[in-house]
Amino acid sequence: MSNTNHEQIIGIIQEKFEDEVLSIEAPYDFLTVNFKKDRIVELIQFLYDHPVAKFQFLTTLCGIHYPDAKQIAVMYQLHSLENNWRIRLKIYLPENDPVTPTITHIFSGANWMERETYDFFGVKFTGHPDLRRILNVEEMLIFPMRKEYPLEDQTREDKVDKMFGR
Amino acid sequence: MEAEGAGVERLNRENMEKTLKSSDIKLAERPEGYEGAGFFATQLDKVVGMARKNSLWPLPFATSCCGIEFMATMGAHYDLARFGSERMSFSPRQADLLIVAGTISKKLGPVLRQVYEQMAEPKWVLSVGACASSGGIFDTYSVLQGIDRIIPVDVYVPGCPPRPEQILDGILKIQQLVESESLRRRDSPEYKALLNKYGIE
Repeated sequence: MSNTNHEQIIGIIQEKFEDEVLSIEAPYDFLTVNFKKDRIVELIQFLYDHPVAKFQFLTTLCGIHYPDAKQIAVMYQLHSLENNWRIRLKIYLPENDPVTPTITHIFSGANWMERETYDFFGVKFTGHPDLRRILNVEEMLIFPMRKEYPLEDQTREDKVDKMFGR
Repeated sequence: MEAEGAGVERLNRENMEKTLKSSDIKLAERPEGYEGAGFFATQLDKVVGMARKNSLWPLPFATSCCGIEFMATMGAHYDLARFGSERMSFSPRQADLLIVAGTISKKLGPVLRQVYEQMAEPKWVLSVGACASSGGIFDTYSVLQGIDRIIPVDVYVPGCPPRPEQILDGILKIQQLVESESLRRRDSPEYKALLNKYGIE
C-alpha cells in the first residue's frame, strides 16, 4: 500500500479527531493509529459512514497486554473493501480496570471477538449483548493471556524438576 | 440311545478340533470345569468372563492424533476385530469399553464424564496416549491434566501417539481384567467408594 493512501486516511481521521490521535506509525507498512480511548466508537462509526473511506469491514479485534506499562490495549483492524485500504486502531486501557464501549452495534461480527477479548484479557465491553466467556470453561477464575498468570496448569504433579534435569 | 448320541457328538467335536488344529484360527480356551457325556459344568464367573472378554463393544472417544492411530488399529492391517472388538458402539448406552484417545480440554471434560456416566455397568476405560493419561505436552491452562481426574481409568497406554501395537496391547490388558473380574465386583463397597471418589452416583 502506498504512503499516499496513508496520508489520505490520516487526513480523513485528523479532520475530525486531531486532538484524539496519540501517535501514528506504519510497521510493515501497515498504517497504525494509536488513539485516545474515549472516542474510539465515534471514530469507528465515522470511518464506517465516511463517503470516501467506507471502512465497513472489521477484519479483527483483539487484546494485547503490556505488563511493563500496566496497560491492556484493544486493537481493531478495519478494511475498506471499496478502496482496499486497511487500518489498525489501538486504544490503551488501564490494566486494573479495562473498560471500553462495545462496537457490536456497528459490526455484528465484533460480538464473538469482544467475548474472546473478555475471555482472555478481561476487557469489559460496556453495552455488549452477551459478554461471557467463549472459549474457556465458564468456571475459570483467571484471564489466561494476561502475563501475570502462568501458562502451565498449576495442579500437575508429575513435573518434578530432577526428572527433566533442571 | 443316549450313549450313542453322546458318542456321535464327541466324534463331531474331535473332527472339528482336528480341522481347527490344521488351520491357524484360534478359539477361546475352554474354562476349567467338569465334563461328561452331554454336559459341561464350570463356574458362571468364568463363562461370563470369557463371553465378555471376547466381545467387547468399544466406544471410541477420539479427539486427535491418537485417534488416527486408533483408526489404524481398527483397519485391516492391525485389525482389532481379531480380538472380538470390531463392533464400535457410537452410543454409550451399548458400550462396554470407553477408549479415550487424544487431548481432552477442560471444556470437554464434562462431556467425557457424561458419556462415561451414560454407559451401563460393567464398563471399562482405556486411556490411549500421553494426553489422555496425563495431559502430555499440553501442560497449559486449558487442557485437562489426565482423564483420571474426572473418571476412573483401568488401563493406560503410553506413547505420543502410541503405535497400533501398543493400543492392541492395552486392549489385551483390558481383556485380562474383563476375564478375571468377579461378577460381584460392581456391587462391592470398594467399587462404590471408587466411583464416589470421582463424585459419580
